[in-house]
Amino acid sequence: MKMRKWLTIGAVTALAAGTIALAGCGSTPAKTAEPTTPAKAELSGTLTVAGSDTLVNVAQAWAKAFMAENPNVQIAVKGGGSGTGIASLINGQVDFANSSREMKAEEKDQLAAKGSEAVETKVARDGIAVIANSANAVENLTKDQLGQIYRGEVTNWKQVGGADKPIVLVSRDPSSGTYEYFKEAVVGKERNYAKSAKLLPSNQAIVDEVKANADAIGYVGVGYESADVKVVALDGVKASVDTVLDGSYGLSRGLYMYSNGQPKDLAKAYIEWILGSAGQQIVTDEGFVPVK
Amino acid sequence: MSESSEAKLDRSSRAATRRAAEAVVGRLISLSGWSAIAVLTAIAVFLASNAWKALSDPQVGLIRMLTGTSWYPTSTPPLYGFIQYIIASLRVTGVALAIAVPIGIAAAIYISEFAPARLKGIAKSVIEFMAAVPSVVYGLMGVYVLGPALKDLFGMQSALTALSAGVVLAFMALPTIISISEDAMHSVPSELRQGSLALGNTHWQTTRKVIVPAASSGIFASVMLGLGRAIGETMVVLMVAGNSMELTWSLTTSARPLTAVIAGEMGEVVQGGLHYSALFVVGLTLFVVTFLVNLAADLVLERQRARWRR
Repeated sequence: MKMRKWLTIGAVTALAAGTIALAGCGSTPAKTAEPTTPAKAELSGTLTVAGSDTLVNVAQAWAKAFMAENPNVQIAVKGGGSGTGIASLINGQVDFANSSREMKAEEKDQLAAKGSEAVETKVARDGIAVIANSANAVENLTKDQLGQIYRGEVTNWKQVGGADKPIVLVSRDPSSGTYEYFKEAVVGKERNYAKSAKLLPSNQAIVDEVKANADAIGYVGVGYESADVKVVALDGVKASVDTVLDGSYGLSRGLYMYSNGQPKDLAKAYIEWILGSAGQQIVTDEGFVPVK
Repeated sequence: MSESSEAKLDRSSRAATRRAAEAVVGRLISLSGWSAIAVLTAIAVFLASNAWKALSDPQVGLIRMLTGTSWYPTSTPPLYGFIQYIIASLRVTGVALAIAVPIGIAAAIYISEFAPARLKGIAKSVIEFMAAVPSVVYGLMGVYVLGPALKDLFGMQSALTALSAGVVLAFMALPTIISISEDAMHSVPSELRQGSLALGNTHWQTTRKVIVPAASSGIFASVMLGLGRAIGETMVVLMVAGNSMELTWSLTTSARPLTAVIAGEMGEVVQGGLHYSALFVVGLTLFVVTFLVNLAADLVLERQRARWRR
């Protein structure tokens, strides 16, 4: 009786182990088959993409549309941040890293140490809009004034033509690509943000604070502009997809996808599709600016 | 005959199996005890090894980080001073404890000693529910309800301040403080309570002079756990504290506690780089602070236990 019980348990365990092993075998040939598939006819295989949270919605929309066109392709998209995505690329865990900043020299060195080279593709642009509370009377700032405000040299709205109220500075946090871009373009390469700036973790948090706080000023991607806040014109031009596209608005940064060496086969087809009209239409739909 | 010998064999083999099982379980239990220590050591080693790059960098180093007041990782040269973030953690946690400790202990005394049985049941399940609410929900409440209300009340420049975050954290620390204090008071032996009442003390005198002192080690432990909850909470401070790096003790300005620095910046940094390593120094500091708080709590509790044993 007892013997039989143990036998049963043993048999079940063996069966389970066998199933797992079989499942493991099943997935291996699928992976090895991928590079030999010709890129033109029927695309198939899997791609993994990870990185920037700024890009994650666009990246998911791309993946969804591309998979609908090519039913045998699986594309997995993860967020986690530009640094996380690039680290995954360096470790060979992903095919593409999304990044809202250019790859740093340190990261390129890490990849070079593994005998590989990162290839950068600019897949979209993001216009950076300056926003203030709807109740604020200030409609326009010069780039110099904006720099003075963010360096903490101008601390009251009346110094730039507004009411006699202190300016509440709202910014992204120092590891964000937007923070870095804005620092170089507005605050100054050798200068720093004022210490009183609130370093908020997302574009949405900035919009929320500016909406709630009559004295606040912030900067966000143009996709986050909303009727709840006022877009402050910079040197007479308001940020929008159109003004960034025609070049009249100055503040815009690139969004990138990095691959380990030149993309091949499926990866190549995917990146070409993203840069094509269908992919760039999705960029516009998601509130970003297409690369020409 | 064959039947009885079979039964005997079966019984003795069953005893042997039980002994073997006991030995295995005993080993497993001691192993899990040791594994807790091993995990703690592994965390410390992991933090320290990742922090080493920043600690050993001549441009950064521990002294500069702990005495500097500017955190500009992207400037040239990068600055990683973070004493203002330590103070921010203290400001936010201080507010939380100043609110949660008196209210929590008072609530525990009421629930344990004075509340009618039915209310007691309801209160305990409500408090348990409070502990189960995810921190992001408390964060949303802070951003959209509590923060704006406090802004109007105190005339603050922004709703996102150390005070707002501290008040939200107080809500989160309350269930821990109440339920553990209540447990401690509830488990005071009834002889003590009855003895005190028999000597002519009123209900209130008994509570104040007998129950609370007898439960004081448990109450202290509850405060320490509440402190741990408040100092380690990340989501709420990231959402509500406002995250500016001014060095100030003011409660009505924004604060950027240690946890918010790590959570806000870790995702985007160059992994293995100097900035990454500096964030690990911040994590190591947080680890050391919580370790010291717990150690102090343990020492106090131990001394108290020794006094009671006498």
